[in-house]
Order: sequence, then structure tokens, then C-alpha cells
Amino acid sequence: MSGVVGAVLQVIVIAVGSPLLVGVMRQVRARLEGRAGAGIAQPWRDLRKLMRKEAIAPHGTGWVFRAAPPLLAGTALVVAAVVPLVTTASPLDGVADLFAVTALLALGSVALALAALDTGTAFGGMGASREMTVLALVEPTILVSIFALSIRVGSTSLGSIVTATVEDPLSVISPVSVLAAVALAIVTIAETGRIPVDNPSTHLELTMIHEAMVLEYAGPDLALIEWASAMRLSVLLGLLASLFFPLGISGASTGALALLVSVIALVVKVTLMGALLAAGEVFMAKLRLFRVPELLAGSFLLALLAVAASFFLA
Amino acid sequence: MSIRTIADISPAELPEHAARLLADGHRLALISARQDTGGFALAYLFVAGRPDRRTELRLRVPSEQPAVPSLAGLSFPAGRFEREIRDLYGITPLDHPLPRRLVRHHHWPRGWYPMRTDAGPPPSFGDPEGPYPFVTVEGQGVYEIPVGPVHAGLIEPGHFRFSVVGETIIKLKARLWFVHKGIEKLFEGRHPADGLELAERVSGDTGVGHALAYCLAVEEATQVPVSAQAQRARAVLLELERLYNHVTDLGALCNDVAFSILHAHTGRIREQLLRLNAEVTGHRLLRGGVRLGGAHLKALPDPDRLHAIGADVAEIAELALRHSVVADRFTGTAVLSGEAARDLGTLGYVARASGLDLDARRDHPFTDLGDFTPARRTSGDVLARFQIRAEEIAASIALITQLIDEPTAAADPPPPEGSSSGVGLVEGWRGTIAHRIELAPDGTLIRVKVVDPSFFNWPALPVALNSAIVPDFPLVNKSFNLSYAGNDL
Repeated sequence: MSGVVGAVLQVIVIAVGSPLLVGVMRQVRARLEGRAGAGIAQPWRDLRKLMRKEAIAPHGTGWVFRAAPPLLAGTALVVAAVVPLVTTASPLDGVADLFAVTALLALGSVALALAALDTGTAFGGMGASREMTVLALVEPTILVSIFALSIRVGSTSLGSIVTATVEDPLSVISPVSVLAAVALAIVTIAETGRIPVDNPSTHLELTMIHEAMVLEYAGPDLALIEWASAMRLSVLLGLLASLFFPLGISGASTGALALLVSVIALVVKVTLMGALLAAGEVFMAKLRLFRVPELLAGSFLLALLAVAASFFLA
Repeated sequence: MSIRTIADISPAELPEHAARLLADGHRLALISARQDTGGFALAYLFVAGRPDRRTELRLRVPSEQPAVPSLAGLSFPAGRFEREIRDLYGITPLDHPLPRRLVRHHHWPRGWYPMRTDAGPPPSFGDPEGPYPFVTVEGQGVYEIPVGPVHAGLIEPGHFRFSVVGETIIKLKARLWFVHKGIEKLFEGRHPADGLELAERVSGDTGVGHALAYCLAVEEATQVPVSAQAQRARAVLLELERLYNHVTDLGALCNDVAFSILHAHTGRIREQLLRLNAEVTGHRLLRGGVRLGGAHLKALPDPDRLHAIGADVAEIAELALRHSVVADRFTGTAVLSGEAARDLGTLGYVARASGLDLDARRDHPFTDLGDFTPARRTSGDVLARFQIRAEEIAASIALITQLIDEPTAAADPPPPEGSSSGVGLVEGWRGTIAHRIELAPDGTLIRVKVVDPSFFNWPALPVALNSAIVPDFPLVNKSFNLSYAGNDL
């Protein structure tokens, strides 16, 4: 029972909290750069504004264009329900292991890329092509690096991997974990379109990756995409925290108080990681586009080494 | 002061004279046309520095089927000036290798020449040309990215058509000329004093540069003496304008590689400079500082504050270039070779970053700046343009300090010899600005020709971008930072 409640809770926390996380990250960045910042609730205010506008679709676009935002948001919500964030005992855990989670994330990205192509604009095609280049290197890295962690447990279920870490926290301190953590951190940055791979705050169309794909969206559709992007960022940061620092996460049978503690732990962990990421971004510049595959190939290599190490050091 | 030699020649003699002057180290600064009774008068201004030499070739063509021999084979900028004059006056350059329209807007009716005296009010737009004839690059995997003329952010209108394979730019066509305001026509008939406010607004970020070039031209034509003191004050204003623009662009270049903390800090410094500008002239963008016959300063800038700003900027430039990712983005990006820069006739920091030794502050001085050596680099990439501008900030602060501190030793120069026309050459922050004015016998303006360095530098942008990658374009464009308004008058 607590598994169901936990799963519902983490979906709610992610859905409500993700825009606030983006707000916190922007605020951290603004303060570090000596600017006042717009406040942490600004992303929610933006979403409210966008929701009130009428839906507009460009001429010549079809169902692919209209289906992408709900699909992106839907996959993000399902991933939020599956991934062990508040509880390791999500009722969906049995049917959605790490391969399913990666595939769900990829499904959202591909839907958006197809929608970008559907617009027929040069920017849509350009953004889609760049996103696919990044995605082709990101998805295998997520798979392989979590796979490295799953070898120790003998299961590809994310719940089992995290449960094993909860039971033996010191097992995290191993070369396998370090390699996998670095690889996952890099691909999280790439997947969520942060500096140095992409710049979420730029207005320069020609440099965009993620933003170039969504240029043609407006109103509620754009709100859905922004919201889903924020959720993907939160989920990936939460997954990173759960895999390597599962402190406070609830098990199969825990009370209401423990679940509340888990929620607070999740919020604190994800906020801290988000703030850390934002602070790191202040000191980073964006890589030349052709250097991005080098970075991602490096992270894939780390993930591969993590798998190799998990066999040799097991 | 007047070092301008004027020669009246016939159209047939033009290529020979021009070739001799170009071979002698001159460059073409401008071609100015004017319609009067019985035909058109053209003036070709060639200039050279060290020592300051200005040679003007004047010729007349009849109003029936006006034509001049083209100099496009001798000088690339000449070819562009000829196309401009063809579009505005209908004077045909004979044997021009690229006789396409330049200034004439796509939707202007054919055969309408706005600068002619009988042009009348602007006609309604039509579509006489059909679709714009972009050159299509063919081959496997080539696709086009059209950008603009309306952009995200506060950018002037310009259309860029990239032909791309993957991310590599095969060809870039920059389609400009969306902002023709008829500003040269607005000067006509005005009293010189009333033309100053127009000149100040030719390009919003170059108020001092254009106002000063205009004033120098008018003062030469009207033989108004300007005290050495006033000329020094004008030089101070010119450097203040260079300061705030260079600081802004250093930050914008960092922002374009997503290193926004330095952008935030240059924003802070820019604000300090704008407030300083307001203290000096009463206007944050220095308007009203340069006056005909002199300059008007409310206060002199405080050298100590400028030195503090200079140290701040130097630290920012160092932080940017010590950052390995920023340095990687700048280095080797969009190289404009020295040869291309010379052939295209580039000016300003674009030219100096490619190794050309051009600076009107030394080549065409209006006041004595002592032993002034312009900054110069040879690599011609974004890094060189960034470094040049960082160095010019330091040089400008040193110049201002020198101009304020040193007592005016020089005696006031004698008034220029009058000839009812005048030329002003000024090193604005983008490069050498040239104004040429002609006065009617009653003292009103009959022709003002304005040339912003952007006119010379725009063709260099696609050349530098050849085989660069698409995501680097905004960075490269910012490193050139050319004016649309100053280009299209």
C-alpha cells in the first residue's frame, strides 16, 4: 500500500516541484552572476501565462506535431511514477525496469524531434538532427552506466538496485559507482540541454539544440513542453540521487511519516543537486557543437569501463 | 589643414587616374554623386595615411543615359559604391562584373531613383523583381537555413541564407538593405547646423563618430576654425564612445558562448560608462557633445575612474581567454585572411585583426595624439577581434588620460581653406567613417555622402564564415558587429 502512496506522492512532487526546481536553478545562477533574478516561482508564472493563450499550430503540420507535447509530458509522468524517488516499491516497478525507463525518455525525445521535422522549417530540422546526434550517445550511456550498477544486484529493476544500496550504503564507494556516477551526471546534463552542451537561456536560434525543436510551439503546447522538460530534469537528478545517495528513501512497508520524510529528502537532494548544477554552469561556457560528441563519447567510455570494472572487481 | 587635392577629369581618364592612386597606396574612401542642372557630378575620394593625403577626382556625366567606366576591377569597394550610385541615381557603371542591384529594395519599382531631384515621394511597394535570386548550392545533403530579417532579440533586420552540409557552411548570402531611410536626402536643403542632429543619428551607437565626421567636413567647407582645445575634447568623446561599445561587445561575445557571468559584469561596467557619459555630455550616448566649430563638455571624465574601469575590463578579458572552453570557441573561428581583408577594403578592428595597419586616428588625425600605435593582430579569427578590442579599451583610456592631462601646447590651427565642399575622416569605434559635404552658394547643404565602415566590412563576413559551422555564426557575427542602419542610409 505504501508503495502506491509513495508512487503517487513522487508523481505529485515531481509535477508540482519541477518548475520550482528550474526557478531555483535560474535564481542561483542570477545571484552568482550578481543579478537580482526573477524569483523561483517565475517558471510557474510563465506556464500560467502560456496556458491562458490560445493553441496555435503552424500551417501544414499534422498529428505528429500535436501529439508530441502530450506524449513528452506523459512519458515524463510515467517515468516519474516508475523511478525510485520517494519509494523503491512503486507498483509499476515490476513492469518498468531501467530499459523501459530509458526507452520512455527516448520516446519523448523522438516524439519531439519528429514534431520538429513535421513543421518543415529549417530550424526544426536542424534542432532535430542535433538532438538525435546527442540522443544517440546519451541513451546508450544511461543504459550502460545503470547496467553497471545492476550487475552487483543481479536485476535490472531500478527499485532493486536502490534497495540494495539502501541495505548496504558503503557498496556505493567503489570504482564502478564512481565511473557510472560521472557518466550519468554528464549525460544528465546533455539530456536536459544544460551548459556546456546546450544553453537553455539563449535567443540565438542557430546555436540551439532543444529550443530549436520547440520554436514553432506556442501557448498551452509550449507550456506542456516546458513543464515536461522540467520534469525530465527533476527525474534524472532524482534518479542520480537515488542511485548513489539513497538516504531517506522508503521501502515496501513504511508509515505515513516515513513517506513524508522521504518526500522531504527527495526535495532537499534534488534542490541541492540542481543548485550545484546551476552553480557549475556559471563557470562553464558552451562547447563547440562538434566537441559535444567527444564529451558524450567520453562519458560512454566511462560507463563501459564501469561495466568492465563491475565484472573484474565483483 | 586642407590636404585635399582636387582634380577635374573626364570620365574616360578615370580608370587611369584611379589605378595610379591605388598603386600609390591610396584606398577609395567614398564615391559621391550629385544631380545638378545638365547632368551628374561625381566625386571619387581617395585617401592615404602617413602623411595624410586626400585626393578627389571629379567628373561630370550628362543626364541622358549617364554612365561611367567601372572601377570594380581595380577596387572591390568601388564596385559596391558604383552599384549604390546606380540604384540611387541611375548612373550605369560600364562593364561592371556584378551589375546587380545593391541598395534598391526588392519592392521598389524599377527605374525609380530616390536620390534624383525629380524622384518625388516614395512610391508604393510592388513586386517587380519576383523571388529573390538566391544562388542555390546543389549537391548531396545540401540544405538551406533561412534566418531573418526578423530575429529573436534586439537585432536590426537582415536576412541570412545559409547553404549547409551537415553543420558546415558552404555559402552564406547576407541580404541587407531593409532599412533605407533616405537620410542622405534629408540633409539636402538644410542649413549645416540643422544637419548635425541628423548626422548624430545615422547609426545609434556611433553618434559621436558620425557627428564628428560631419562637423569636420562642414568646417572644412565653411572655413570655420576650431580651437585645439575643442579638438582635444572631441577626441575624448570619440574615445568614450569606443569604450562603451567595445565593453558591451566583449560581454556579448562571452554571452554568445554561454559564459554569461562575464556578460553580467560587462553590463555593470557599461552602465558605469554610460553614467560617466551622462556626466560629461548630459546624454548617456554622448549626443550633443560634438558641436559645429567646437565641442561642449559639462565636465571632463575622471581619469581615476577610467583607470579603475580599465583594470576591471582587463580582468574580464583575461578571465575569458584563460577559460579553456571560451578560448577554444574563439581560436581559429572564422578566419579572415589578411589578403581577403585587404582586397575587400575592410576597415577598423576587423581589418586590424587581420593584420592591416589602418587607423584614421593616426592616418588622418584631426588633433595631435602624440606617438599613437594602433593595436594589431594577424590571425584574423574571433580571438584576434576580441583581443584587438580589449587592447583598444586600454589604449582609449590611455589616450583620454593623455588628452586631459597634457596642457594644450599646440597653437590653434589655421582655418581650413574653403572650397564649398569638405571631407571628414574619423576613426569611429567600428572603423573609419567618411563624410563628404557640398554646399550651395547660399550656404545650405546640397549633398551629404555618409559612409559607415560597415559598408566596407559587410562583404567580409561571408568570406570569413566560409567552412565555419552554423552554431558559430552568432559568435562570428558579433565579433564583426556591423551596423545595418549605418550601412543602409
